[in-house]
Amino acid sequence: MSKDQFEYVLRAGDDALILGQQLGLLTGHGPVIEEDIALTNIGLDQIGQARAWLSLAGRLEHAASSELTLRDEDALTFLRDAPEFCNCLLVERPNGDFGDTIARQFLYDNYAVLWLEAMTASSNDEMAGIAAKSVKEARYHLQHSSRWVLRLGDGTTESHSRMQASLGRMWPYVNELFDVDELTTRAASEGWGVDPSKLRSAWDAGVNAVLAEATLSRPDDDFSMRGGRTGSHTEAFGFMLAEMQFLQRAYPDCNW
Amino acid sequence: MGAGAEDTAALEAQLFAYLENIPDPEIPVLNIVEMGIVRGVVVSPQSVLVTITPTYMGCPAMDFIAEDVVRVVSGAPDFNGRTVEVKLVYSPAWTTDWLSQDARNRLEEYGISPPDRSVRGPKRCPHCHAPDTKLVSEFGSTACKAHYRCLSCDEPFEHFKCL
Ligand SMILES: [Zn+2]
Repeated sequence: MSKDQFEYVLRAGDDALILGQQLGLLTGHGPVIEEDIALTNIGLDQIGQARAWLSLAGRLEHAASSELTLRDEDALTFLRDAPEFCNCLLVERPNGDFGDTIARQFLYDNYAVLWLEAMTASSNDEMAGIAAKSVKEARYHLQHSSRWVLRLGDGTTESHSRMQASLGRMWPYVNELFDVDELTTRAASEGWGVDPSKLRSAWDAGVNAVLAEATLSRPDDDFSMRGGRTGSHTEAFGFMLAEMQFLQRAYPDCNW
Repeated sequence: MGAGAEDTAALEAQLFAYLENIPDPEIPVLNIVEMGIVRGVVVSPQSVLVTITPTYMGCPAMDFIAEDVVRVVSGAPDFNGRTVEVKLVYSPAWTTDWLSQDARNRLEEYGISPPDRSVRGPKRCPHCHAPDTKLVSEFGSTACKAHYRCLSCDEPFEHFKCL
C-alpha cells in the first residue's frame, strides 16, 4: 500500500512542482507589476504544496522499501529524469502569452480545488492535512484566474479572440486530469485517494459558468493528449527540467 | 529522572514565553506565538519538541523561524542540554481566526489592515480609517496580504487576507 501511496502522492507533488516552476519562470516578466507579483505568489504556493507532497512521497517510498535511501523533496525534484515525473501534461504547457498562462491556470485551478476538497476526506491523515491546507490557497488562485478569464473574455475584441485561442490550445490536456487507472482505482477503493472521474461534472459546471459569463465558447472535447501520469512528456518538458535541475546536476549538493 | 510533571509544565510555559520574543520575520509587529505559528511545546527529560505550522505552504520564512526557535529554546535557563526538535505540521490548517483582537489592533497601528470576517476585504483604511477602499491586487508583498488603496486619503496599504 505504501508503494501505491508513494506513486499517488508523487503525482500530486509533480503537478504542484511543475506548475510552480513554470510560474517561477515569469518572475520579472508579468504584463504589469501587480500581475508579476500575483503569478509568482501563486507559483510560490505551488512550490510550497509540492514540498509537502514530495516530502511525504519520499517517506512513503522509504516505508514501502526501507532498503532504498530516503529521498527528500530536493532529491525527488532535482535528481529524477523526465520519465520518472508523473505530472499531468497540462501543467507543463509553456507559459506562452498571458492568455495561455491564464487558461492553463484556470483549467488547473478548477481541477485542483475539487481534487483537494475530495482529498480532505482521505483516510490517510497526512494526505488529508496537506489537502486541507492547500485547498485554501487553491480557492484563492481560482478566484484570481477566473477574474482574468472574465476580464479577457468579456474585454476587447482582441483580448476575447486571444483568450479563446489560448483556451483551445490548453483544452486537449483537460481529459487527462480525470483519467482513471489501476492506481486511482485502488486509491479510491481503499479510501485514501480519489476517483478523478467523479470530479468531472463539478469541474464542467464550474468552468462552463465562467466561460459563459466571459462570452467564451467551450472548445470541443474531441482531441486529447495524455501520458504525463506514466512519464511520457511533451517536448517542452525536457527543456524546463534542464533549467530547473541544472545547478544540482552540475554541482551536486551545492549549498549557499 | 530529575524533573517532575510540575517542573515539565513550568518549563513548557516558560519556553512559550521565550518564543514570544521571536518576531514574525515578515510582520515584525507580531510574534510567532500570537501569529499562531507555534502550535505546541512538549518537554521531556531529554528533549524539547516544538511544533510549528506555516501561514502559507510556500512561506519562505519557515526555515528561519525554525532556526530561531532552536536558538531561543536551547538558550533558555533550565534547558539543561536537552535536544531540540522543530516539527512542521499542516493540520489543523492555519487560520487568521487565531489572531487575537489585540494582535489585530497592533496590525492596524502598524499600517496593515487586519483580517475581518464580517466584511469582504478591508473594513477601513489603516491610515485615515475611511471605509472606502479599492482592491489594487489580490496579491501583495507576501502571500498573506492583498494590496489596496484608500479612496479617501489615496494612500496604498496592505490588507491581511482572511484565511
Ligand atoms: Zn485612508
